[in-house]
Amino acid sequence: MLIFYVLLAFVLIAALIAVETKDLLSSVICLGAAGFGGALMFLFLYAPDIAITQVVVEVLSLIILIRVTLSRDITTISGEREFFAVVVSVVLLASVFLAGTQIFTQFPEFGAPLFATASPETHASQYYVQNGLEQTGAANAVAAIILDYRGYDTLGEATVLFTSILGASVLLRKKARIGREDRP
Amino acid sequence: MKGMTLIVKNVTRWVKILIFLFGVYITFFGHLSPGGGFAGGVILACSYVLLTLAMGRSAADENLPRSLAARLDCVGALLFLATALAGLLYGAAGFFFNFLHQRFLADKDTAFRLVSAGIIPVCNIAIALKVGASLFLIFLALSAFVPGPGDEVEE
Amino acid sequence: MLYAMCLLLLVIGLYCVLVKKNMVKIIIGMAIMEYAVNLLLIMVGFRVGGQAPIVLPNRPLTVSVDPLPQALVLTAIVISLGTLALSVAVCIRIYEKYGTFDITEIRRLRG
Repeated sequence: MLIFYVLLAFVLIAALIAVETKDLLSSVICLGAAGFGGALMFLFLYAPDIAITQVVVEVLSLIILIRVTLSRDITTISGEREFFAVVVSVVLLASVFLAGTQIFTQFPEFGAPLFATASPETHASQYYVQNGLEQTGAANAVAAIILDYRGYDTLGEATVLFTSILGASVLLRKKARIGREDRP
Repeated sequence: MKGMTLIVKNVTRWVKILIFLFGVYITFFGHLSPGGGFAGGVILACSYVLLTLAMGRSAADENLPRSLAARLDCVGALLFLATALAGLLYGAAGFFFNFLHQRFLADKDTAFRLVSAGIIPVCNIAIALKVGASLFLIFLALSAFVPGPGDEVEE
Repeated sequence: MLYAMCLLLLVIGLYCVLVKKNMVKIIIGMAIMEYAVNLLLIMVGFRVGGQAPIVLPNRPLTVSVDPLPQALVLTAIVISLGTLALSVAVCIRIYEKYGTFDITEIRRLRG
């Protein structure tokens, strides 16, 4: 359990540096470090599928973000801060944090989820774990869930990815449409 | 976009096919070991991104032109949808029905083999095609922009 | 305690989105919030002494961690990449038009 605290502390420190530093390239690299810490944490939480996906997605998002920041003239952030707005935001966020920690007393204890002592009729996870191999033939229970038991969600996810990439490609076109003020 | 130095180009020439092979492995064995279509598709996109960054955009354009990548993207999405709709032939509640496993392969003992689990490998391949082509397209669109406001866009 | 640290990560990301003026910093804050949410979802399904939800030929699946949150998070990670690409495209377009990443400058210039 000690490894979870160490890795979460690493991710927290990397995120704090990413938020507070003035150089844009340093904060992007710290975001990458936070992502890799998260991927290690997934590995220790017995989720190898998620760890592989997180590492690769992290690399690609780092490439995209560095592409934005590196080739621009302005790489530092300037300007004065509004003191009152910062104080109000910090107070609000602290109250959100304190309210959130009260919710966690309702959770089951860490390491003993509800489905561990449940029957397959009431908890879906137990049903998928016990009947996954015979009903779908896949040894990977997570693949059986996302492509057989809950395949509709995967179709929705493919649609969302398609739409977002379509929107981004349209925004980055070379020839824009003629606006109303440019028409003769 | 120009390429990089000679050392990077030579290393890329050997390494890019290994990355591509790794992506194909993760996709095809998605139902037996961790991985699946999403991770495999992103790895495939990463191999083409490496090719573009190291060799320059013109070399990557001969390898995988932009129109072909857009068509592969659509083929992947349509293949996924067609596999889901093909289950409708087996009754009204058959959307995403794993008909290949339940009707043809259920009586054979095919656990832990590559050809098993019905439509799950087919869906993994479709998703990997779609995700890989999409992410490569967005990288091409983002890299076509040159810094500074009001500059000419190189293409 | 571990859940509270995840919530702290989420609050750090939210602080970055609310207070910072640079657009790229806002995008970084959104990414930090997504990491926090994915970590929290997988930590809820953890089981001490469990194993990964994969059946091996000589080891049936008796004590496994919860596979359902892992299925949700797998989809969420790939969607976060899509939204990151879209927000970066918007960011680049605004930079092309106004010449700055600062959101307070954008309000003052001609729209």
